[in-house]
Amino acid sequence: MAAVSADAAPAPGVLGRFSTFLYLRPRVMLLLLLVPPLLWLGVIYLGSLFALLAQSLFHIDDFSGLVVYEPGLQTYAELFTPANIDIITRTVVMAAVVTLICGAIAFPLAYYMARYTSTHSKAIFYIAVMMPLWSNYLVRVYSWKLILAKEGVITWLFNLVGLGGVLDWILELPVIGGPSLSVSYIGTCITFVYIWLPYMVLPVEAALERVPRSFIEASADLGAHPGETFRRVILPLAIPGVAAGSIFTFSLTLGDYIIPQLVGSSRPFIGMAVYQLQGTAGNIPLAAAFTIVPMVVMGIYLTIAKRFGAFDAL
Amino acid sequence: MRSDGQSGRPAGWGLRMAALGGVLFLNLPLAFILLYAFTTDDRTFSFPPPGLTVKWFAVAWERGDVWEALWLSVRVAAASMLMAMILGTLAAAAMYRFRFFGKEAITLLILLPIALPGIVTGISLRSAFALGGIPFSYWTIVLGHATFCIVVVYNNVIARLRRSSPALIEASMDLGANAFETFRYVILPSIATALLAGGMLAFALSFDEVIVTTFTAGQQSTLPIWMYQELQRPRQRPVTNVVAVFVIAVTFIPILAAYYLTRDTHDAAGSGK
Repeated sequence: MAAVSADAAPAPGVLGRFSTFLYLRPRVMLLLLLVPPLLWLGVIYLGSLFALLAQSLFHIDDFSGLVVYEPGLQTYAELFTPANIDIITRTVVMAAVVTLICGAIAFPLAYYMARYTSTHSKAIFYIAVMMPLWSNYLVRVYSWKLILAKEGVITWLFNLVGLGGVLDWILELPVIGGPSLSVSYIGTCITFVYIWLPYMVLPVEAALERVPRSFIEASADLGAHPGETFRRVILPLAIPGVAAGSIFTFSLTLGDYIIPQLVGSSRPFIGMAVYQLQGTAGNIPLAAAFTIVPMVVMGIYLTIAKRFGAFDAL
Repeated sequence: MRSDGQSGRPAGWGLRMAALGGVLFLNLPLAFILLYAFTTDDRTFSFPPPGLTVKWFAVAWERGDVWEALWLSVRVAAASMLMAMILGTLAAAAMYRFRFFGKEAITLLILLPIALPGIVTGISLRSAFALGGIPFSYWTIVLGHATFCIVVVYNNVIARLRRSSPALIEASMDLGANAFETFRYVILPSIATALLAGGMLAFALSFDEVIVTTFTAGQQSTLPIWMYQELQRPRQRPVTNVVAVFVIAVTFIPILAAYYLTRDTHDAAGSGK
């Protein structure tokens, strides 16, 4: 860290006086710091968000297909038709499953990174986790399209070890199966997990790394088994990290319309529905109403995650 | 899979396999992208590839549309990164230094663009542009990207600020430095690596982004948009493979750079606690 040079002779220039002014009036300083980001997020972002939400109160005229600019709840009635409820359930269940699998894969990896690696091997692990994060999102989706393809490597691998029958059996399962992995829910789920996994590993790893070594030593000194120490010291301290990671995996899955479009059965997810409604269908009010769904779901999710200390671990 | 959580002892066999499995799962797909860039099969995804060739690299090099898309992506990512670094640091400084009414709400506001699905950000910006009569341009793309990039810089910087000791700042002030000198010589060096890491994450996030971009870009194609169009209506599948490899190769360099930059200062910044 660069040290402050020793010549601390006070030379109150303009900056110096301004600094004193700020020091004496912390409110002004707070304002100066906070106004630019708040202008951006509060005006541009929130502004357009509310403009969108307002449009969900309008509705489309069934005959002319034009937007009727009269506030009402007609569009919301349309939102809760069985077909649309199906789309919502499908998306939320997928997001939950993806989050759980991400947690299950990320935790041991993060735990190993935080506790058992040397400085050098930790760097390699970091790079290994970041590599996919830094590779183009579509490239990664694409990679699963070719891995999961009927003539692709997974099928080849299953046949190689003589388990081709097992793969066929899995694909014949109702709902999650399909003609091939790349056009089934399993394929969609695997791709989602792969794409969002680093977002889970990094916060969990950071949380685990923040567990002071002295806590673990103290726990051992007080007679706890390693397993007990894990359960009662390490795990509770890691929960905020897991909660923080799950915000990313859950939210990202909820709003993604590219992965289910490229890998999976063509049954629509919320994102795809919104995209089609605002694009080809030109039904902005219903599209706007549809975007409220992930927002409400995320609102509930964030409230729960906050309880688990997710915001402190971000 | 777990337990044995004692420092100093070697990790259990199960844990090691799980960690290794995770790393392989994260990286093997990229290896397949690499392999498929050399395949002679230009119609299906057959594995193992029927033969290997390098001719697709030459074909891809000649494609002007790829270069244009790449250049736009780099410019957008750089501008978004810069905006995010400035706004994110300001927000982090304010949130670290002060307690005030509505602080929780602001935390939520900063988190919102990434907590809400990208499609919400995308469609609301698009409808706002439509309402305001703003034509799509380079700047509408940057605007969308910077919005969700702020949070990653903010997260990194505030985490570092919380870990560094306030005593350092007080000492600096006691020794006669003004707020700006303290920022330049004490705070900045201690947050520099976090800021850089946040900035690079923001760059990556922007470089990667396709969801918001589909809503905020007009006729222009960033590299992800180019690839998205290519995946929906493949013109030359092998060219897509080659571009994919190129993107992976390019992104590896900044990661290594970031690692070497942050390696030496990591302990110094963390030692404040």
